[in-house]
Amino acid sequence: MTTPAIPEGVKRCSTRQFTLWLAVVGAVLLWGVYAMFLIWYKGLNQTGMNDAYGFALWIWADLAVIALGGGAFFSGFLTYIIGKKELKSIINYAVIIGFICYSSALLILALDIGQPLRGWFIFWHANVHSMLTEVAFCLSCYFAVLTIEFIPLVLENPKLDRIPFLHHLSHNMHEVMAVFAATGVFLSFFHQGSLGGVAGVLYGRPFAFREGLLIWPWTFFLFTWSAAAVGPCFTMLVTWLTEKITQKKLVRPEAFELLAKISGWMLLTYMIAKIADTWYWAAVTAPARGFSLMEFYSNNPIYGIWILIAELVICGIVPALILITPKWRENKNLLVTAAILAVLGVCINRWVMVLQVMAAPLLPFQDWYMYMPTWQEVATTILPVAYGAILISLAYRYLPVFPHEKELNPGQ
Amino acid sequence: MAQQPQHTKTKRYGMVIDLDKCTGCGACMVACYAENNVPFRQDDSDKMRSLNWIRVMKVDNGKAFPDTEVCYIPMPCMQCDGQHMQGHSPCVSVCPAVATDYDYPTGIVSQIYTRCFGCRYCMAACPYHARKFNWWDPKWPADMEKYLNPDVSARMRGVVEKCSFCYHRYQKARDKAYVEGRDELHEDEYQTACTQACPTNAITFGDLYNPEHAVHSLSRSKNAFRLLERLNTNPKVYYLSSKSWVRRVADNYLEGENPEQVAKARKAAATH
Repeated sequence: MTTPAIPEGVKRCSTRQFTLWLAVVGAVLLWGVYAMFLIWYKGLNQTGMNDAYGFALWIWADLAVIALGGGAFFSGFLTYIIGKKELKSIINYAVIIGFICYSSALLILALDIGQPLRGWFIFWHANVHSMLTEVAFCLSCYFAVLTIEFIPLVLENPKLDRIPFLHHLSHNMHEVMAVFAATGVFLSFFHQGSLGGVAGVLYGRPFAFREGLLIWPWTFFLFTWSAAAVGPCFTMLVTWLTEKITQKKLVRPEAFELLAKISGWMLLTYMIAKIADTWYWAAVTAPARGFSLMEFYSNNPIYGIWILIAELVICGIVPALILITPKWRENKNLLVTAAILAVLGVCINRWVMVLQVMAAPLLPFQDWYMYMPTWQEVATTILPVAYGAILISLAYRYLPVFPHEKELNPGQ
Repeated sequence: MAQQPQHTKTKRYGMVIDLDKCTGCGACMVACYAENNVPFRQDDSDKMRSLNWIRVMKVDNGKAFPDTEVCYIPMPCMQCDGQHMQGHSPCVSVCPAVATDYDYPTGIVSQIYTRCFGCRYCMAACPYHARKFNWWDPKWPADMEKYLNPDVSARMRGVVEKCSFCYHRYQKARDKAYVEGRDELHEDEYQTACTQACPTNAITFGDLYNPEHAVHSLSRSKNAFRLLERLNTNPKVYYLSSKSWVRRVADNYLEGENPEQVAKARKAAATH
């Protein structure tokens, strides 16, 4: 069924089917909104956090979605700055995914403060020495850039495109998109990095603390690098999932191929740097403060050495090797497996850099601190997933997200 | 009219707690609650969410009876001088809204409740868990509101609070000295509530820079140490203990490391 609001020449499901889908995802969204209301109304006592766990599930979710949303800035960089034309097939989708990730991150940040009405203090009373200040500024600015990148696509909706002013606006915005892509890369470098810096500068927390270059701890660079490596994997993964759900080919194989190859090399080089960082931390930084490596991975019910192996080897080296090997990445199943592993790897990294930092005891007479999120925290963390599914569904239905869809599905 | 005081010398207010004298009675905690309007809940059994500006930790030597030895460690905010003694305390440098600050004239780390928006980054940064979050709005039994200290503002839900070394007492003492035309405060003019409440005189408070103050010499005694010194936070709360096992649980050491040798090496490196 087609209506004038649906892009020309593509087939979409019936309005009834679409509404039913929106109702299901909308129910999950409403559950999250209810939890959000409780948290804003009753305060952070609705969470499982405590004085030892000032940072918990939400900060992890923030760090993870921002890393996964890194596909937008890195794909934009490759498409508009480096000139990889093959990626035009996927760049719109990368921008939408990035937009969802970053808007979700901002929402979670708004939830995660004790006095939400004072959230603007971070800009007004900014402490230039704080990594969180840098995060707030760059994150907000980059979200504005992502919105600007998203607008031309929205304006390409057939109904809007009929209005001459909007048509020309969209065209002209496309023309200058390289400027915004470059701005996005610049901002992303700093906010991805400063998110890494949030943990890395904590010299009172030997599990997190890292030495570095000038004012930036090594985690600053590692976070940027890992986001650039894994962000495109997440973009590929969501695209693959969309293809499976819609039962259509949406992106040219060469876009997948190129993105997988670049992602693989980025991941491999990141892993080399990450392993070097881990080795130096375990051999020099932590022992200088009286900690041996295994103290961080023992005497507690969750954090064993398995988590380090899972992050570095199973979800790091393995997907990197799959992605850099042409024969392996041509196999779609292997490619998807590698993308899933890489995404898991970066999520584990963000988890340990937030949750394990809080859990590890500092004084010898203290025990490990354990934490269990409440349903309100879980619901508000799932909320962005539901919101993302709705936005993707609307964008897929009403906007020409995939420029080669018609050509790739001639029968439809 | 009193003469205008000239430039005031920098102080470094600190505390020395003699663990050999501490009986773990908790009088310091009670005094702190009353002095600083620290709220409590009807059911305050969840200690991970209860507010206190000083708490007393109980540690033992890990040996079975009859060789068991117990030590109580009162832990207020350590008022860290930070790496390189420049005031970059772990919490101060991370606060995104300058809601916590290092007061250079006194070395006291402040907390501005009306500026704090509750991001809790400072709590994540503090290795001593000295910072507490107001998970609920404060509620006192009806008549108890009349007993609140008018010199200390009550805090609202959603902000972080911590020990201020009873800074309001410093302000009062300083005002008095100003009116009397004095630059310097006498040692007994500015004392924290916990110091005064301690029945065994285990807590001594004063200016660590001032040789006339007891803390100056006590902090330099051979039995003096600080918690987690190897993290380079440079706390201004010192502890005294004649027991080597107490010293050992105050910091982290690798297998085979000797606390005294590590301390000597640290001092040598600092002097160098």
